[in-house]
Amino acid sequence: MARFLTVANAGLATAAMSFVLAAAFSTGSPRANLVAADDLPADQLQASIEVIQNVSSEGAGHQAAAKAVAELQQAGPEALMPLLDGMEKANPLALNWLRNAFETVAAKAEANDQLPLAKFRSFLDGRSHRATSRHLVFEWIRRADPEVAMSLVPTFLDDPSEELRREAVAQLVERADKAEGEAKKDLFQQALTGATDDDQVRKIVKGLEEFEVDVDLQSHYGFLTEWQLLGPFDNKDEGGFDVAYPPEEQVDLQASYEGQLDEVTWQQAETEDDYGLVDLNAEVAHHKGAIQYAFTEVESDTEQPVEFRLATPNAWKLWLNGELLFEREEYHRGTFFDQYRIPAKLKAGENRILLKVCQNEQKDSWAQVWQYQFRVCDPNGMALSRPEK
Amino acid sequence: MKTYTSQLFTTALMTLICVSFSAFAPFANADDWLQFRGSETNGIATGPALPGNLDNLSWTVDLEGRGCSSPVIVGDRVFVTSSAGHRQNRLLVTCLDAASGETVWERAFWATGRTICHEKMSVATPTPASDGKRIFAFYSSNDVACLDLEGNLLWYRGLTFDFPNVSNSLGMSSSLVVAGDTLVCMAENDTQSRTFGLNVEDGLTRWQLDRPRNANWTSPILWPGDEAQVLLQSSKGVTAISAKTGETAWEYEDGAATIPSLTASEGVAYVPSHGITAIRPGRSDPEVPEIVWQAAQLRPGTASPIVKEGRAYVINNAGVLSCASVEEGKRLWQCRLEGKFSASPIISGNHLYCVNEAGIAQVVLLGEDSGEVVSTRDLGETVLATPSAANGAVYFRSDKHLWKID
Repeated sequence: MARFLTVANAGLATAAMSFVLAAAFSTGSPRANLVAADDLPADQLQASIEVIQNVSSEGAGHQAAAKAVAELQQAGPEALMPLLDGMEKANPLALNWLRNAFETVAAKAEANDQLPLAKFRSFLDGRSHRATSRHLVFEWIRRADPEVAMSLVPTFLDDPSEELRREAVAQLVERADKAEGEAKKDLFQQALTGATDDDQVRKIVKGLEEFEVDVDLQSHYGFLTEWQLLGPFDNKDEGGFDVAYPPEEQVDLQASYEGQLDEVTWQQAETEDDYGLVDLNAEVAHHKGAIQYAFTEVESDTEQPVEFRLATPNAWKLWLNGELLFEREEYHRGTFFDQYRIPAKLKAGENRILLKVCQNEQKDSWAQVWQYQFRVCDPNGMALSRPEK
Repeated sequence: MKTYTSQLFTTALMTLICVSFSAFAPFANADDWLQFRGSETNGIATGPALPGNLDNLSWTVDLEGRGCSSPVIVGDRVFVTSSAGHRQNRLLVTCLDAASGETVWERAFWATGRTICHEKMSVATPTPASDGKRIFAFYSSNDVACLDLEGNLLWYRGLTFDFPNVSNSLGMSSSLVVAGDTLVCMAENDTQSRTFGLNVEDGLTRWQLDRPRNANWTSPILWPGDEAQVLLQSSKGVTAISAKTGETAWEYEDGAATIPSLTASEGVAYVPSHGITAIRPGRSDPEVPEIVWQAAQLRPGTASPIVKEGRAYVINNAGVLSCASVEEGKRLWQCRLEGKFSASPIISGNHLYCVNEAGIAQVVLLGEDSGEVVSTRDLGETVLATPSAANGAVYFRSDKHLWKID
């Protein structure tokens, strides 16, 4: 049952952890060489950025932020690097306020040929910076100098940024398409090391078929494939979603319970599906108005932020180590790769994952699906490695 | 001579002032197309007549990413939203010069909500709105960006960021509507189903309503009256609310479609419900709506119905356009169009403009006893967005292109 998870790529792990630490602990303090923007003293510039960083849910901080962003939008190119620095600890809402100020200023700077491209390049090279900000900077470098941007792309193959990695993978796949023999195979295999977007992975896997290279997609993506299943419990009239059946109180793999139809006990299941799909209709039975619990354990060699990426057309609840992470009561609105991205933090040692998967009683042919797909990756989509089975 | 010089000087000065002003603030007018299905949300172009044929292509511009939203037009500027990137998580607002199609500015944001959606639609499916001074952009991720007409952000909300279960795995498409000084954002879905009224000035929530927990892709419309009201359609029916307070004025509770949206004309709402149901506030009790008629044979597909000058027009899933009288819902004539349609039609004068999913734009001459397709133009790619119109021009958009025909 126990699995052992570490970050697959040590270099990437360092970068990813640095990113998290930077995001969590950056003070957003001004740079030592901060130069005042046009008509905006350095301290006022920093103060305006900090006001925007305080924007939060449901419009909190809007009125002050509106004044601050108006000031920043009028600033000169000297404001660009402080704005990027300000993004480091901004929440996703504040990030967009700062992005608009950045792009407004950058557009003016671009028109006057004043973009600080060397500083942009330095910022891009710093992998501990926020991935989204680095991609933003790359976009502006590309606008200013497409050739330089193109030359940088190969360095992104192991980048923490999903968007930058995608650029590198796309370039390698394009080269592979034009290559022959071992060179072609090598290029596809290189591309695979950075690929986490499924359209790119599928293309690479197809390209490697002619070389009879089988890609272990379960490992590549980090799908969890071994589970203990318990059920069915009652979900008639969709009434079971908020009923706390025994596993929600305690997971005891040796216990038996009164289920929807009969006594139920935990049953082991392992999926061989390349994409880690667990088909509950096949594993259990074709129940309607029913609930199944799925339990597994993962072991982490360190405390680390991860994302659980779940795909299911069924209503669900998810717990990590007894804590409810998220729940969603939506039935049959499709199954999509990485449909749900749930941030979590694994503790060092054993971690217990419990998933509740609810099926309703819709009779439509497309509403018979009862399944899930679950993977664990770092916050940027790269799988965590696992030992050989 | 002196007088002439003075007049010349005055004229030159005024010209300079106007040019300078227009460089900073687009000139808005009554012919603007400010939201989904026009400023009055009824699909009727009220300005100069649109061309009777689609022969004259003024310009075509390339668009980045994807988008099913309609353009909105404020003065001499056209505003388009798109979603770019592999995950469509880069949310774009592009401002174009209406005369030339040249890009005036473009701004991007990172989605704070989910960007998963059905492959047919896109994250930029909801149509933006404007009050003539601001642009409000809305996306399937339930991000709301408010910019001035020069691209400066005024405020930004993330409704799914605030309420993480406000989402739909198939994507969300309800367009915005500006009613008075309230921006109405429908974000209705199976789980945490809400409609929000935001203050246009600062984006703060004036009110939020718990709404029926069912996926809902319809758009709100304006309901003319002394007080700004908005009609919300859902699987449960139609709710008339005060735009200022969100309080319910009246409610129709006999169910309605969740894809095509209602329309209104002269105090009657035409609701995709049991075909089309025409309703109006009760005369004896305004809180209880009165059913004027129901017409089961008028069953809209994805395209929303439209009403003009006593006639209701409905396009069904087979691409057949039906014309009915608004007095009793009696079908007067039918006309087969080249379907299938996701986009809703608009009307200018006695011409109806529509575009099918294959990108065949069509102009239908609306006669007393018949309809006739009098012009078509093959845009050559999938088009799902409802056309827009202003200043005698009609605009069509696909993922990749925006066309202006005048």
